[in-house]
Amino acid sequence: MAVHMFGAIDVGSYEIGLKIYQISRGKGIKVIDHLERRIDLGSDTYNTGKLSYERVQQVGHILAEYAKIMRTYQVEAYQAYGTSAIREMNNRSLVLPQWESASGIHVDVISNSEQRFLDYKSVAFRGSQFDDFIRDSCAIVDIGGGSIQISLFNENVLVATQNMPLGILRLYDSVAALDARSTQKEMLIEEIVDAQIRTFQKLYLGDRKIHNIIVVDDYISSFLQSRHTEYVDTANVDKISQIARESSLNGLSRSLGMTTDALHLLFVSAVMLRVIAYAFGADTIWAPGVTLCDGIAYEYAEKKRILPPSHNFEEDILACARNISNRYQGSMARSQTLETIAVKIFEATKKIHGLGKRELLLLRIATTLHDCGKYISMSDIGECGYQIIMSTEIIGLSHKEREIVANVVRFNHCDFIYFEEQQNASDLDEATYQTIAKLTAILRIANGLDRSHKQKFGDIRVHIQGDRMILTVQAGIDITLEKGMISHRADFFEEVFGLTPVIKQAKN
Amino acid sequence: MAQAEKEKKEKKDGINFRDPAFYTNRELSWLEFNRRCLGEARSKENPLMERLNFLSITASNLDEFFMVRVASLQDMVKADYKKTDIAGMTAGEQLEAVLTAAKAFIEDQYKTLNRQILPALSQEGIVLVDSYKKCTADEKVYLDTYFASEVYPVLTPMAVDSSRPFPLILNKSLNLGALLTRKENAGPGILSHTKKARKALDSESENLEFACVQVPGVLPRVITLPKAPGATGTRILLLETLIRENMDKLFLNYDIVCAFPFRIMRNADMDIDEDGAEDLLREIEKQLKKRKRGDAIRLEVEEGTDPRLVSILEEELSLNKNEIFSIDGPLDLTFLSKVRKLPGYDALHEHRYLPPQEVPELPAGCDIFAQIRKGDIFLHHPYETFQPVVDFIANAAVDPDVLAIKQTLYRVSGNSPIVAALAKAADNGKQVTVLVELKARFDEENNIVWARMLEKAGAHVIYGLVGLKTHSKITLVVRREEDGIRRYVHLATGNYNDITAKLYTDCGLMTCKEAFGEDATAVFNMLSGYSEPRSWNRLILAPLWMKERFKALIAREAENARQGEPALIKAKMNSLCDPDIIEALYKASAAGVKIQLIIRGICCLKVGIPGVSENITVRSIVGNFLEHSRIFYFENAGKPEIYAGSADWMPRNLDRRVEIVFPLEDAEVKKKAEHILDLELADTMQASILQPDGTYEKVDRRGKEKINSQLIFCQEAAEAARKARQSTQDTRLFVPEEHAEEE
Repeated sequence: MAVHMFGAIDVGSYEIGLKIYQISRGKGIKVIDHLERRIDLGSDTYNTGKLSYERVQQVGHILAEYAKIMRTYQVEAYQAYGTSAIREMNNRSLVLPQWESASGIHVDVISNSEQRFLDYKSVAFRGSQFDDFIRDSCAIVDIGGGSIQISLFNENVLVATQNMPLGILRLYDSVAALDARSTQKEMLIEEIVDAQIRTFQKLYLGDRKIHNIIVVDDYISSFLQSRHTEYVDTANVDKISQIARESSLNGLSRSLGMTTDALHLLFVSAVMLRVIAYAFGADTIWAPGVTLCDGIAYEYAEKKRILPPSHNFEEDILACARNISNRYQGSMARSQTLETIAVKIFEATKKIHGLGKRELLLLRIATTLHDCGKYISMSDIGECGYQIIMSTEIIGLSHKEREIVANVVRFNHCDFIYFEEQQNASDLDEATYQTIAKLTAILRIANGLDRSHKQKFGDIRVHIQGDRMILTVQAGIDITLEKGMISHRADFFEEVFGLTPVIKQAKN
Repeated sequence: MAQAEKEKKEKKDGINFRDPAFYTNRELSWLEFNRRCLGEARSKENPLMERLNFLSITASNLDEFFMVRVASLQDMVKADYKKTDIAGMTAGEQLEAVLTAAKAFIEDQYKTLNRQILPALSQEGIVLVDSYKKCTADEKVYLDTYFASEVYPVLTPMAVDSSRPFPLILNKSLNLGALLTRKENAGPGILSHTKKARKALDSESENLEFACVQVPGVLPRVITLPKAPGATGTRILLLETLIRENMDKLFLNYDIVCAFPFRIMRNADMDIDEDGAEDLLREIEKQLKKRKRGDAIRLEVEEGTDPRLVSILEEELSLNKNEIFSIDGPLDLTFLSKVRKLPGYDALHEHRYLPPQEVPELPAGCDIFAQIRKGDIFLHHPYETFQPVVDFIANAAVDPDVLAIKQTLYRVSGNSPIVAALAKAADNGKQVTVLVELKARFDEENNIVWARMLEKAGAHVIYGLVGLKTHSKITLVVRREEDGIRRYVHLATGNYNDITAKLYTDCGLMTCKEAFGEDATAVFNMLSGYSEPRSWNRLILAPLWMKERFKALIAREAENARQGEPALIKAKMNSLCDPDIIEALYKASAAGVKIQLIIRGICCLKVGIPGVSENITVRSIVGNFLEHSRIFYFENAGKPEIYAGSADWMPRNLDRRVEIVFPLEDAEVKKKAEHILDLELADTMQASILQPDGTYEKVDRRGKEKINSQLIFCQEAAEAARKARQSTQDTRLFVPEEHAEEE
């Protein structure tokens, strides 16, 4: 049995964590070691946009220690992610190479949506427990230091996800600044959380109830773990906040096995969760105690095919995109036709464009969101679509991926701006730009083929013949408009792929 | 609930379990323990040389007690600290009581020496010659030569006058103080009195001058005199007697008016500012130097010492009268341990106790890791050898599959094979993390040496958490095996010290259970400064979680007793003085829980208080080996839980140290641990029983079987080892298969 050693590093706002995993097909994923070094990076970057020299040095030392520990365990691969504090660093392009040279560890920066998606993945990898929980209506409440992410599921499918600035540290800091008694503090937290949750409810839930809540956090999970459980009824969440409130006052932290600081944050988490649970009408809460590092490990295991995927995560990302499209009154039927045609072209031209599964997913998302800009302006669909996508989180996508999708949607409607022409308007590199060009070319052809919006090309077949891409449609359909459109859009496709798209009608 | 409210409620209910009358002062209880050791020195059931050893131990115990406990009381008195202890005594009251009790104790020590030990030694042919004058001519020749060639060159006589400050008298060093007068024809003396000395001497008319010389620690204190032809036995003389006789050779132009030995004890408590210390190792080195100059807290002089000499010392060392101890015999009885080592007196030594035996599950040369994989292994030292623990680390150091070794070191032996193995492991490229506790009292210097040596070898040496001593005993070996990472853990009640492991009774557990491995990893991460885990699987750690856990376990027994379920606590430890734990025990006893305690040393709990501690018995075992293991048994309504660990039920262990207590889970392991408790509870030979008045009495043996638990453990270990060897031999023996003949 092949056993793989993997290291996951989370360079967070308030601590840097390392988890060492043992991954094997037979025994799954097992945590071998878990280290956390407290270091406040958030205060520096949130306030000044930079990390002080001292902090940069400290992180370098910690990463060097972690590198040493990983060597001890003979770790074969690792992934280090920097989250919000690193994201908000203006000087990260200078700092990240310093850390790499000090420790040999390369830190990648992930977007909030990627981070939440990894958290979500780590829960989903709990298998049947997760499936059982999302079968009915369910919300994942991912509580972070700076914000929370609520993702809604309905009958196994992710239907919405939203980030809110209600992180426990943020709440704790804002309430601690007030000279209030603990009962008053509780009321203040309730008020702040309630206002935002009501808005969320109006937008996404209406009168619908959410029966189950999965909470991804540090404190409620720890508290429940210390009581040898992962579940709590909504009615009992109140008790947790009560215990935390009293314990932090009289030093009962010892009996709970938590530090006083942790108890304060447990208190905030419990109050917040209580408000959410009552607002959603939830019955049961599950706190599986997973971390970002777990998600990183699961992603690695999945990518390396050591473990089979436990859940169709791509479908969740697409569901999220469909939800956004729906919000901007996009045509679902048209999106589906576009997607079908685009996927067929993508598959047929695989050897030429050399793109992979992930790019196919981006294309599918672009087809889903291709017309969202219409919601704002019928005359400037491309530019408005770009703006909507860039300002909307799509769970599971990195910032770069979101930019690819946004550009594909934009250039589907507007003239393509070549890499050489863009004059530093974007951070995207040339290779990424090529991907945008390839996906745009495909989407444009697909869009041209469904110009009439009548979904005539549902059964299209695509194959390559020499320097031509033959698009064969069923017999008996009037494709005059499409033929005209395709010739109009063929130039860019030819420029990108060196293939001329030709529409043929199948013989009877 | 606040303490005051709690007391109010209990008062309302009729019993205040925190009533100071229910508690014994810990210092007085400790003196009682030393009395039990003295009892062993007096006991004619012990071989003579062992009695010597016990008497020597009482002396070194008392030294440590003064340097730490009495010094601390004196500090409190100086600081005008008013708070009372659990027994309701102020620091001043404690100090007074302790000094009075200590004086009575020292009297008894010397009565034992003079009336029992020295005559008994003499009967066996060992004579302590107390004066040069009593030596034979040949002996004198030998001594004169020895003095001239060996002693004189290393002596540093120190005169005291106004231009030379009173010399630094080292802590615990033995010295000779002398009063001198200038010889008539020697001209004017070069010495003049210090102000204090002049004051002490009353008048300068006698022209007396003070000088002193340290009895050099580099030379043996016990000098064996040459045997006359045909003589039997051994005559010995103490080094200070020889130097005293030759004082005139050190101060040539002076007449020696008188010369007497004296010894001082200094405050050895270190005041380390860990938060402010940039380098803990250096800070401790600095403090160690200061310890040598700590305030004098006790002066010992021989009975009959010139009062003028005593006055000078009293003045110069700023001592009170009650801090001066007049001793009826040679100072510093630790020399007796050297007498014990005199060759040729084998018959006077203890031979009943067998040397450490092979651990049945871990025969020499076995694959320790494979053996641990078969199941948890319980070790009981010194009945079973400590060698498997050394081998565990030594094998790990050379095992190519071992990735990391992590260990805590509190006290290690002089030439520790464990430290050598750790250094080797680091050299072999393993990740070696060692927590060296630099604050282990009186082992600080030793530990600094080890720390530096391990660092040099490439180990990652850590010094633990600020403000907390790391007293836990744990080793973690991380090994990469075919089916992944496996962690092997050794947990113990005693130090990783191969020498004391032959003298102290301790137990240990070797396991590779995942839950223990995860916890052990978390322990080292925590000690290395990483955040603590959110919860522990099995281990119970002080200072954060242990006391509450013990209180909960005790309270559970109380609740079970109230519910009519079986309720019993059996616990063995070195000391019991944590008020919260004692209160919990009182409450459990009041609820009907039977509590059987085996406490070697301090016990602040009182037995036999109606309605409070009627169900509690306390016994102390002082025997051939130092009882050191901590085992805790809770009946748990018929599903017993047993724990072992490094912590006593003392505030220092539960609140100010990193300690580990671990559960014993496997049936066989639990059986062994329970057997230890039961046999010690049945001991009729070495056990003393705590009486309601705080004194201890030996078990009344009338009509009872003679049970010496330590002796029986030795025999049992030998029998188990024999059986294991036999079984190995049997499995190795080729036995031809018998075929039934066909008829």
